[in-house]
Amino acid sequence: MLRLARLRFRAPVVFLLIVGLWAFGGCPLRAQESGQMAAQIKALEARLRVLEAEVQALKGGPAAPAVATAPAPAPLPVYGGSAAMSKVLNPDISVIGDFLGSAGRNSVRPVPALEMHETEVGFQAIIDPYARGDFFLTFGEQGVGLEEGYITFTALPAGLVAKAGKFRSAFGKVNTLHNHILPWTDRPMMTDNLVGGEDGINDAGASLTRAFAGPRNLFLEATGQIFRGDSEGLFKSSRKSDLAVVGHLRAYKDLSESTNLDIGGSYARGHNELGSSFLTNLYGIDATLRWKPLRRAIYHSFLARSEFVWSNREEAVGAQRAFGFYTSGEYRLNRRWTVGGRYDRTGRADNAAFTDSGASALLTYWPSEFSQIRWQYRFARYAEKTDANELRLQFLFSLGAHGAHPF
Amino acid sequence: MLKIRAPQSAIRDSEFIVLAKPFWICLSLPFIAVMASEPARAAGKLNVVASTTDMAALAQEVGGDRIAVESVARGYQDPHYVEAKPSYLLLLRRADLLVLVGLELEMGWLPPLSTQSGNPKIQVGASGYFDASRFAQILEIPTTVVTRAMGDVHPLGNPHYWLEPENGRRIARGIAGKLAEMRPQDAAYFQQRYQAFDQKLKQAEQTWEAQMRPFRGRKVVTYHNSWPNFAQRFGLNVVGYVEPRPGIPPGPAHTVELIGLMKREGVKVILVEPYFDLRTPNSIAAATGARVVVLMPSVGGEKQITDYFKLFDYDIKLLTDAFKQ
Repeated sequence: MLRLARLRFRAPVVFLLIVGLWAFGGCPLRAQESGQMAAQIKALEARLRVLEAEVQALKGGPAAPAVATAPAPAPLPVYGGSAAMSKVLNPDISVIGDFLGSAGRNSVRPVPALEMHETEVGFQAIIDPYARGDFFLTFGEQGVGLEEGYITFTALPAGLVAKAGKFRSAFGKVNTLHNHILPWTDRPMMTDNLVGGEDGINDAGASLTRAFAGPRNLFLEATGQIFRGDSEGLFKSSRKSDLAVVGHLRAYKDLSESTNLDIGGSYARGHNELGSSFLTNLYGIDATLRWKPLRRAIYHSFLARSEFVWSNREEAVGAQRAFGFYTSGEYRLNRRWTVGGRYDRTGRADNAAFTDSGASALLTYWPSEFSQIRWQYRFARYAEKTDANELRLQFLFSLGAHGAHPF
Repeated sequence: MLKIRAPQSAIRDSEFIVLAKPFWICLSLPFIAVMASEPARAAGKLNVVASTTDMAALAQEVGGDRIAVESVARGYQDPHYVEAKPSYLLLLRRADLLVLVGLELEMGWLPPLSTQSGNPKIQVGASGYFDASRFAQILEIPTTVVTRAMGDVHPLGNPHYWLEPENGRRIARGIAGKLAEMRPQDAAYFQQRYQAFDQKLKQAEQTWEAQMRPFRGRKVVTYHNSWPNFAQRFGLNVVGYVEPRPGIPPGPAHTVELIGLMKREGVKVILVEPYFDLRTPNSIAAATGARVVVLMPSVGGEKQITDYFKLFDYDIKLLTDAFKQ
């Protein structure tokens, strides 16, 4: 009875609060503020319904079936009630952990037995009516890096989308992907040998993209990017004018409701670490075939992808021309299990006579959308005539609201 | 005289040209592309893109022939897991108005699409951005701290709110207001269409309620927590879910528990959305003697469900048939 009395007292208080807020909402507020107010009022209304239901329940009458979640315990103060309220104007914050274990021998590219390979912290929000901002900081075992930090201008005329900041360039497919959305625990050998390693072409610069409707429902997209010219292991800017450029053309077509084909051509150009007069040119082709039946999208899907890269690296004596590719596939068996494989073969950018090759088999388990366990058996045959056999284990786990990634 | 130059500067110039050429080509490509004109738009009609078929159906009700409506997700698709395909970008680029369900239902796919669409009109907060949840009655807004130990909960409330005719009415009224604001010359037309929809809905509601009245208070189990608004309106009592937690696939322990619960409570109907696997629901049904009913949460889930009215017609027919047995 005491509890009932307390509730009876509280319900009018909440009601008065709502009325007060509503009256206040009548003031000529800016649209944004009134939007927030509306959300608050909505939250308050919901609370009121909960309280009414509780009063009803305590009276022994038929409970208003307002809220089917667990009955709220002691009512919370309204200001902290909903998650949405507590993060007003804060960016979406997410943390993704990437833990790697490795067994077996690899004398050419050794990795530790256990490592907290990367912790990616994301901050993402809409900046103003014209732009949004995305920051991804990566905490490795040695220090912190800005993986990406850029502004995207979403309100440009003529369907243009521009980006400025530090970001992964649009060279091919794998270069654009963060570690945690790769279908493997590592990156293809081609990336290591020809496209600058794990970070790839990732530099400070600006980007301009536009999509067009082609004939027969073809989706076309052109991207032009300009960078300072520093991508570790690939490009080095020895003076201010040593800029790097990247261009990407993409054609996408829905073959059916569940199948689509995505083909791209890429070009990258920058100065290598030998100096301003030595260029590295990269040419790439990527192709992806996806299948995902809409009625069973969370259970079955298939993806096959290949990327081919030609590297032309100018050196003091002539140029090194190397070629590399990978081809990979993955099939989702059910809601929790995915199997996959990858074949690698690639020359080395600085010594085209050397060719490395390898093959991997993968198995992934998803306890939920927010964590994943992955096993990868990797065989590699390096040009030095050494073989490596490794079994890798990866835990990926994510906290918070991580914005969705581009398709 | 001009031809005489220091060799060094000549080198620098040529180098600059070498650098500049691909750079300008790359940078100007998109601009050149702009020149290639787009196919002509539907003349005079407002282009409305809805995230789901239900929002599209409601927009169509009030927009009539003054708007062209398309939806991104299909009616038989799980609206939580739509792929952000590039082909949808073209759809969004043409949009004058984007109608979305909101409450983070489309969080996994709509933001990257609208960001990349290059269409300022439909960006969050712009005049062509219409979040329907602002007009609807939302249930299950969490009042305690939300964690993912609860599964994939929606911290802003249950987003399956369109499955209640009153919310359909509210959304339609909201859309009519929005359309009138965008096309003041057609305001009367939209208002008149809304009123006709409202009348038709009132009659339909009476029919649906009459059909469901004998079964008020019936206990059901649903796969995902998609039906709180529907259940509240038509007096269903949802006592459990096939999913142990929202978004978490069913496991043996929970299934056993659910079978026990269903036997205790005498639950005879399991409602499953069209995008979930039927294996677990079927085995539960076999163990409990219940019936599995694939209920459509959205317009277009089946071919014959072509509008908002037929959605309820279809679901209520299935439900009442199941309860009668």
